[in-house]
Amino acid sequence: MSRLPGTRRRRLVALVRKEVLQVVRDPSSIVIALVLPVVLLLLFGYGVSLDADEVSLAVVVEQPAPSTERLVDSFANSPFFRITELRSRQDAEAGMVAGRWKGVVIVADDFLSRAERYDDAPIQVLLDGTDSNTARLVRGYVEGVWAKWLEQEGIAHARSSAPAVSAEARVWFNPELLSRNFLVPGLIAINLTLTGTLLTALVVAREWERGTMEALIATPVSVLEILAGKLAPYFVLGMGGMALSVALAILLFHVPFRGSAWVLIGVSALFLSGALGMGLLISSVARSQFVAGQVAIISAFLPAFMLSGFVFEPSSAPTWIEILSHAVAARYFVSILQTLFLAGDVWSVILPNVGALVLIAVVFLGLTLTRTGKRLA
Amino acid sequence: MEALAVVEGVVKVFGQSRAIDSIATRIPAGRVTGLVGADGAGKTTLMRLLAGLLVPEKGRIGVCGHDTVRSPEGVRAAIGYMPQRFGLYEDLTVAENLDLYADLRGLAVMARAETFARLLAFSGLEGFERRLAGRLSGGMKQKLGLACALIATPRLLLLDEPSVGVDPLSRRELWRMVHGLAEKGVGVLWSTAYLDEAERCHGVLLLDEGRLLYDGPPRALTGRMRGRSFAVRGVRDKRAVQAAARARADVADALVQGASVRLVMAEGAMPPGAAALTSEPGATVEPAPPRFEDAFVALMERRSGPAPALPAWRQGGSAGREPVVVAKDLTRIFGDFTAVDRIGFDVARGEIFGLLGPNGAGKSTTFRMLCGLLPPSAGTARVAGIDLAAAAPEARQRLGYMSQKFSLYPDLSVRQNLDFFAGAYGLRRGRRREAIARMVEVFGLSAFVGMDAGALPLGFKQRLALACAIMHGPDILFLDEPTSGVDPLVRREFWGHINAMAADGVSVLITTHFLDEAEYCDRVGIVYRGRLIAMGSPDAVKAMGRSPGSPDPSLEDAFVALVERSDQETAP
Repeated sequence: MSRLPGTRRRRLVALVRKEVLQVVRDPSSIVIALVLPVVLLLLFGYGVSLDADEVSLAVVVEQPAPSTERLVDSFANSPFFRITELRSRQDAEAGMVAGRWKGVVIVADDFLSRAERYDDAPIQVLLDGTDSNTARLVRGYVEGVWAKWLEQEGIAHARSSAPAVSAEARVWFNPELLSRNFLVPGLIAINLTLTGTLLTALVVAREWERGTMEALIATPVSVLEILAGKLAPYFVLGMGGMALSVALAILLFHVPFRGSAWVLIGVSALFLSGALGMGLLISSVARSQFVAGQVAIISAFLPAFMLSGFVFEPSSAPTWIEILSHAVAARYFVSILQTLFLAGDVWSVILPNVGALVLIAVVFLGLTLTRTGKRLA
Repeated sequence: MEALAVVEGVVKVFGQSRAIDSIATRIPAGRVTGLVGADGAGKTTLMRLLAGLLVPEKGRIGVCGHDTVRSPEGVRAAIGYMPQRFGLYEDLTVAENLDLYADLRGLAVMARAETFARLLAFSGLEGFERRLAGRLSGGMKQKLGLACALIATPRLLLLDEPSVGVDPLSRRELWRMVHGLAEKGVGVLWSTAYLDEAERCHGVLLLDEGRLLYDGPPRALTGRMRGRSFAVRGVRDKRAVQAAARARADVADALVQGASVRLVMAEGAMPPGAAALTSEPGATVEPAPPRFEDAFVALMERRSGPAPALPAWRQGGSAGREPVVVAKDLTRIFGDFTAVDRIGFDVARGEIFGLLGPNGAGKSTTFRMLCGLLPPSAGTARVAGIDLAAAAPEARQRLGYMSQKFSLYPDLSVRQNLDFFAGAYGLRRGRRREAIARMVEVFGLSAFVGMDAGALPLGFKQRLALACAIMHGPDILFLDEPTSGVDPLVRREFWGHINAMAADGVSVLITTHFLDEAEYCDRVGIVYRGRLIAMGSPDAVKAMGRSPGSPDPSLEDAFVALVERSDQETAP
């Protein structure tokens, strides 16, 4: 081959410059890379919370007494509840059916004596089970308030000497128990999946649609140059979106970041390469923007959303879905990001996940390279 | 003569069908070779095989000494290739497009300024360097596409339908440019559906269903038709003569051409006497020089048989002699740009009126105002006696509209498309069933009713689009470039339907870039820069374009002359 390396470099630079000009002139790529992540982050960061705040709760006190008053106060003082005090069970049950409250605490007239006898159920709690997640949370909070009240009243002590073991819950990594701290890092991973895959899938499909790909491959450019010319600019754009998301997470949502920046950059670069590779692979098959966009969302975004452990724990899914989730790159990235944000550079978690990401990126880029021949059919 | 490309026994298969079937030919240097054939004949596939973009199943192709399969890099370095739609980046400027292709083709930086200056001058794009390619007119895009394909001075230039959707003026300029290249030794392969272009090539390759039917100079093929072409002159009802001629087994082709009807006789047949075609006195049948198109149609007709004419189906319609479409001082202003400037004409019942003009001249804007889709800035438009400004919906019920893109739903079946449009026109129950049944019968669609519209052969797609546009029995039919990119055979069939409708009393308004098609119209108007610069029968317009240099111009010559004259008049 008599081709000079200089010619090769010039072709690559020309392709990258063309891509950059297109990005600047047609802002849809910028919207996908920079605006979409911010919108998603704001939407999820503010709109979706897995914490129960100010749950409406009815407390039925059949026989008011000083001790019951203190119990009601404990509920009222809890930040989790907004309480309504009632006298009759019937009212409470009717209100629950009408959906006025998520739970009802019934304090029967003999509750004090039952509590002192260590009866099984000194108070009764009715929960609205339609939203099982909230129901579980309410139950947990009610138990917490009840335990605290018992302690305050000194009931446990009155019966016997101090217990040998006292259990005290301490939450690690996310002591505020804010679901946001856990959701936002996962969301960043989802965002990068979407932007990485969608960006390349759309821009390559656009070249096919407008007939420019045909003109391009009739020139002496090689497949590798075409692919590199696509990867480089969108890699930079994707990393920009990533940086923006991380900045928002830390500055706006006050998610702690306990890992090191260079690990974050390295892992993001690795994950983004895989996502861009997947986008290229999609567009080598789907040659219209509409189809490429649909395929990118269905094959990249939805699995990342459902199977990455971002919200739903894959291990609680049926076995075959759990097995499937191992092919989703976002799963490993979500895990790394949650570790980096909440725990720090925990290598025993990071390294195996990085290994999986490397494998996935190599598979996608390799497949793309072999599939995108310099032929039309 | 040096052969730049050598094609030997090449076969290319897509699925079940042979897109290219055992083709062998040579493409010489310093010549323009025309690649002609009906839609789906394999023109684009052959181009792509030559560019090394497709791999043949059998045979081999050598381009400038390189095998397209074993060393595609060598092939690509030697060729310039302009795909359909020109392969331009629309978000990039003219200069950026040139720069990109210069880099990709390894043009030395030193040579760049000189090359760009030469190409810009050659393509007439000087002064437009900073304009986005997407903002150029069709003709300018085409020239930029050509300039990009020429950057590294290729030895073989492959142009895939460079003249589709481009007006006659731009087409002529491109033609001159390409012939200039051939004189300098470049080999050019030019695929086209325009047979007048093919006629002026040095050699033609005529493809049909993947097979090479003819390979040689166009004149030799035209020569075979000697003694078979005749003109029927001195008749008033040309369409009746055409229909009568079409019905005869010994007539291979019959076409209205201005004031006369052109006949091409079947091989060995004698021309009919004038009395056999018309009862009009004074009609004569005279020999006429053969054209390339005659030879093309005669070759093709052998396989397809003559197109069935549309039987009459429409009852009544509005009677009376008064014009059905009246445009008066019609003006449309967009911002500070006057797209249509005081255009006025009228169209009688059963008349076919053609609007001709370069891209962007204001034809489509005029059409949209007449259809009630766009309110005029000034002037009036009346359709079937209804003022569009006052009652556009009522007027729209009386007209049918068919656009270039056919406006069909490709994923719906033929019946579903018909059903949808019947509903859109407000046809209910019995009337809807009746209208659909009639369309299926009239357009011969019964074998296809269950098929997706997108999968129909082009000719049937066009029939279906026409059926959808006329199923509510309109008095006026608007056709916006209905035959763009359509091959001569399908066009003939289409005009058969149009003529039958006009004979039935439907007024037809049509825009077209094919000036031979304009000959089929009763009257034409030439729109240029928003103004109507000429109007009259095709022969009258030809007379207007007459000049000492061209005493007997074709309609295209006249068109170019009138446009140039208008430029001179308005020049400061």
